[in-house]
Amino acid sequence: MSDETNSVKAVPTLATGPSRRVLMVLGAGAAAGLAAPSALLAQGARPAGPPDRPRGQIVAALSQEPTSFNPLMPGIEVDQAVWWQVFSTLWVIDPEGNFVPDLAREVPTVANGGLSADGLTWKIKLRSDVKWHDGTPFTAEDVKYSLELINNPNFRVRNRVGHSLVKDIKVVAPDEIHWRMESPYSPYLSILALTYLVPKHILEKAQDVNASVMNTAPIGTGPFRWVSRQPGDNIQLAANTAYHGKGPYVERLIFKYIPDLTVLYTQFRTGQVDYTGIQGILPNFVREAKTLRDRTVVVSSTSSVEHIAPNLDFGPLTDKAVREALYMAVNKKAIIDALNYGLPTPTETFVPQDGWAFQKGLPAHSFDPAKANALLDAAGWARGSDGVRAKGGVRLEFTNSTTSGNAVREQTQQLLMQDWKAIGASMRIQNMPPAVMWGEFWQQSKFNSALVSVNFMLGADPDVTPRFGSGAIPAKGGRGFNTYQYQSAEADRLLTLGATQFDLAERKQTYGALQTLIRNDLAILPLYQGVIAEGLKANLRGFRPNGNASTNTWNIREWYWA
Amino acid sequence: MARFLVNRLGQAVLLLAIVSMLGFAILHLAPGGPLSQFALSSQMTQEDLDRITRQLGLDRPLPIQYADWLWRMLRGDWGNSYRDGEPVLKIIGAHLGATLELMATATVIAILLGCWVGILGAIRRYSIFDQLATVGAMVALSIPTFWFGLIAIYLFSVTLGWLPSGNRHTVGEEGSLLDMIHHLIAPALVLALVETAMWGRFMRSSMLDVINQDYIRTARAKGLPEWRILSQHALRNALLPMITVAGLQFPTLLGGALVTETVFTWPGMGRLFLDSIGYRDYPVVMGILMFSATMVLIGSLIADILYAVVDPRIRVG
Repeated sequence: MSDETNSVKAVPTLATGPSRRVLMVLGAGAAAGLAAPSALLAQGARPAGPPDRPRGQIVAALSQEPTSFNPLMPGIEVDQAVWWQVFSTLWVIDPEGNFVPDLAREVPTVANGGLSADGLTWKIKLRSDVKWHDGTPFTAEDVKYSLELINNPNFRVRNRVGHSLVKDIKVVAPDEIHWRMESPYSPYLSILALTYLVPKHILEKAQDVNASVMNTAPIGTGPFRWVSRQPGDNIQLAANTAYHGKGPYVERLIFKYIPDLTVLYTQFRTGQVDYTGIQGILPNFVREAKTLRDRTVVVSSTSSVEHIAPNLDFGPLTDKAVREALYMAVNKKAIIDALNYGLPTPTETFVPQDGWAFQKGLPAHSFDPAKANALLDAAGWARGSDGVRAKGGVRLEFTNSTTSGNAVREQTQQLLMQDWKAIGASMRIQNMPPAVMWGEFWQQSKFNSALVSVNFMLGADPDVTPRFGSGAIPAKGGRGFNTYQYQSAEADRLLTLGATQFDLAERKQTYGALQTLIRNDLAILPLYQGVIAEGLKANLRGFRPNGNASTNTWNIREWYWA
Repeated sequence: MARFLVNRLGQAVLLLAIVSMLGFAILHLAPGGPLSQFALSSQMTQEDLDRITRQLGLDRPLPIQYADWLWRMLRGDWGNSYRDGEPVLKIIGAHLGATLELMATATVIAILLGCWVGILGAIRRYSIFDQLATVGAMVALSIPTFWFGLIAIYLFSVTLGWLPSGNRHTVGEEGSLLDMIHHLIAPALVLALVETAMWGRFMRSSMLDVINQDYIRTARAKGLPEWRILSQHALRNALLPMITVAGLQFPTLLGGALVTETVFTWPGMGRLFLDSIGYRDYPVVMGILMFSATMVLIGSLIADILYAVVDPRIRVG
């Protein structure tokens, strides 16, 4: 990483470190003194020290195959595992929520003059010692080209959120670039932390920017250079010895694709892979994994929130009293303890609990079927002869859908069905394969209710306009993914306000109010914050889970063999 | 023979056209699509998904999409994957080697072992060997391959540590023949187990048919030694039906073994097909479908021709 002394604290008072994310570090590593979260942090601080030059290789297993290598084109989480290694961004957000400069010399703020007080003018100073993997110097022209490419209508870009507001880009010097925003938009700082820059000198020569060499053998400024890809099997990267930041400390990095999570764990157990990434170790193997010799298991929370998604336009679920009663009747503890081995933490909001905008003190869920029954009685939902309640001819029955084959979710549905039957609500399971479930059925709100895990954050920013804004309902022609069909004038007001504030304390207050509103409206029925259990060989150091990055492979450049 | 070939080729083209039409229609009419994988991404909105759908041409009417695909296919352009943008033929080529390596090894083991068990079982019908072979074959055919795979991994990799628990090579150390064989043993044997049972049953039954024929009795009556009767009279005739079996096995040889490839992390055609279906990577799925259909047709054509060549009683045309 580049100069950390220039880092900007994104969190006014919440920097309690990753100890809340890293729930436990156990396994043989525990015996080696890695048992406490603080010890894990110490790994990041490299007490023993990394080698002087890159040494050895890391085989990182992934349960999905990275296939999209142009970091501006459509890709999923697993693709980001590769982007983090090959490319760089202007700045990154570390596990504590600090903005840390990478290709930029400093993170722009109103205080350092990088941002104008109205948030409309951005002035970015760049490092002048950075080179692309082919030796060409990185300059402000590359930043300009990347931003313009994103807004090029012929380019198959992933998204233009925030970028579409950028106007009048001016290269002031090879190491300085200015632009104007069409309107103030504070989440753009977070968006840029996940916007990987691409080389102008390569792409401007491409006949078709949608099918350039960047799709098959990308060139970046990141800590690792592209070597080869064996489709369906592995991707090999080599250390970029001219990297501008810390590391890399290993000569070679291999991403090994192992589609079956049981097989992936077995290969970790037999020592064929050094790290289990993306989906990590299945919850049912975690206890055993902790007992393995020479292995470390790190359980950390992710930014995703597992929740019941109600379709707020569907019959009985439009009634807030019904949603409250359903939520009250959910035995959350049983779901967490019995089905998820007690690993996840219950939550009441869409913001991750270590995010700077997390609102403490939201009404806590309590499992109370008697109160739920009373609530429904009071709201006029009367039980019929078959035990199912109804009101005004609308029966309290609905389907719940999720990805078929996901054992934990399917068992959760069984529990929900039992819990809700006890209060006179009839739920039927209607599961589908992923491509069907998350296709039009989800996008156009054709479900009654769904069981789903979503990372609501925009990068690391709590701007959830695309998720809860009333103009973001695809089923009503909106531009976003408010598939819940949540509509609230107050939420819209808070969302607009939050996106135009640049003072973090003020923003925290705004998003706190939004979380309270959404919790009270029960726009989603939150269950728990997701967790991931990742396994590493015990002598592999430097691993630091980062909920503010898109993947915990964000800092492989700092990993080394002790 | 020439007329036979022309007829068969005509039928093949017609069949391929039907397969492509049905495959294309079923694939595209099934709910979901290649962009469903992005639906939960907080980085992509519905607007983005709609824009990319337009850019990929997936918003056009299905017949037009089919006509476009067919026209390109006829000109030798199999299209590019929606996932990694690579040409479909290149992707199939990259996975074919792994599949051939695994399937050919397993098939050779299965043919040699299966024929031996089948022949011996037929000659010593109802002996202890025959009964054990019959029971063994039933067990091998009844129990799913993934179970054998997991048992093999547990026994030879996790417990004994003799064999790697998967992959085609030691990751990062490709190129060594010994390493390749080391990785090949477990998946090839697991796959061969089921195939051996099948070949054994076919061979036993075919051999039984033959050794009860009059010409075998005649050979015995002439006083020919038993080994000569078996090798020169019985076996040659018993092997004839095996040509059909082999012909039908040919597409499987190239199509990959989905379960074994998944359990042993073998980067072959079976896993490619599964992944491509999961992601609704239409060009790759269609490519594999057309490739497999062509292989089935070629396989059965070769079997027919070979049959005519080795069996003088059969005439094609």
